[in-house]
Amino acid sequence: MTKIEEIVQGVLNGDRRSIARAITIIENNTAETQKLIASIYPHTGKAHIIGITGPGGSGKSTLIEKIIRKYRQKGKTVGVIAVDPTSPFTGGAFLGDRIRMQELSTDQGVFIRSMATRNYMGGIAKATKDAVKVLDATGKDIIIVETVGAGQSEVEIIKVAQTIVVICAPGLGDEIQAIKAGMMEIADIFVVNKADRENADKALMDIQAMLQLNNKEKAWKTPILKTAALTGKGVLQLVEKIEEHKHFLEKELERKRSREKAEAELTEAIKEKVATSIIEDLKREGKFEEFLQKILEKEMDPASAAEKLLNERFRKQV
Amino acid sequence: MQSKRKIRILIAKPGLDSHDRGAKIVARALRDAGMEVIYTGLRQTPEQIVETALQEDVDVIGLSILSGAHKTLFPRIMELVKQKGLTDVMVFAGGIIPEEDIPEMKKLGIKEIFGPGTPTETIVQFVFEHIPKRT
Repeated sequence: MTKIEEIVQGVLNGDRRSIARAITIIENNTAETQKLIASIYPHTGKAHIIGITGPGGSGKSTLIEKIIRKYRQKGKTVGVIAVDPTSPFTGGAFLGDRIRMQELSTDQGVFIRSMATRNYMGGIAKATKDAVKVLDATGKDIIIVETVGAGQSEVEIIKVAQTIVVICAPGLGDEIQAIKAGMMEIADIFVVNKADRENADKALMDIQAMLQLNNKEKAWKTPILKTAALTGKGVLQLVEKIEEHKHFLEKELERKRSREKAEAELTEAIKEKVATSIIEDLKREGKFEEFLQKILEKEMDPASAAEKLLNERFRKQV
Repeated sequence: MQSKRKIRILIAKPGLDSHDRGAKIVARALRDAGMEVIYTGLRQTPEQIVETALQEDVDVIGLSILSGAHKTLFPRIMELVKQKGLTDVMVFAGGIIPEEDIPEMKKLGIKEIFGPGTPTETIVQFVFEHIPKRT
């Protein structure tokens, strides 16, 4: 077994050291990275991926810790990728998201990985998407991606997550300011955290007014929830909403699949009917036999014969 | 591909210390030297520290301790490091550790111990010089 094969096997068996190594290989983008991703890819697609985004200080890490606990109570396993910025000047990074989740680090059903952006733009790292695949392949039911937390143009997360939760908090300045530039549009669920503070209701109303415009033509109406991550208030409702959105997506997918299936069946049926009727006509006219002979005598190959027959036939009709 | 590898380092505070100014300053110096520093806050158990090092796949663990409990906590941490197979992780420590305890700590596998007043450059340089090679 090569080193990569060993790591892939470890990931599939849920070995934590292999998971950690696999993510490092993805982050470092070495010659082996593509091979690793290719081996892992067939085992992905089972997890529900949640993106958590919002400005710094809104309580993302604290809320994530509470969300994880709720999922653990339901018996689900959870993977987390927490992204923090790399300094464009030194290339270094201070990764501190674990501070709020440290009690969970010894829970075998949880795997948390901090990740520096390494100067990738859009609120996540270049490696985030593939690191999520590793956690998916290892069998985590829920994967949470925490974005950098600039609160602006962190829209890359839509390429990674299925359910996007945008968090804001009162008292960080103008709440609307903090969630502009695309954040409104990407939200599947809006959360006003620190809802035990004053002005929480004002923030809620401001966002509600803006969301109403966005929600008009959407099948999924983005809800707004209030949470207080420190006390855990509202977290259960948030998790329930996330589950609701997951079911919505599944139904949408089912609808899309049913449509695709029906389309394929209809196309097939038409093809068959058309072909049968043309062949019958050709036989009646003796053309079919004529070209069949040419093929048997190797004067023509079947594909050219078919093309010639159809060309003659449809030119006649036009 | 070695050039592309970033140094990842965990700065951890085991035990019941109540402030982490020193650890944060060291973390900051290492960050400014271009490393990715994972910081986990105060009051960590040996189990939490080693499990975090494993999940984060760090090259180095830096332990900071002021409480005087290093003789209890460090052996446990080093035992777990070996148990979890993190044999290619370099461990160093800093804080208040009496001179006479240092040989014992080093025997556990702790590469170096930095006392109060150590310039941050010394620590940064030490880390760069002792990054374990990976197979």
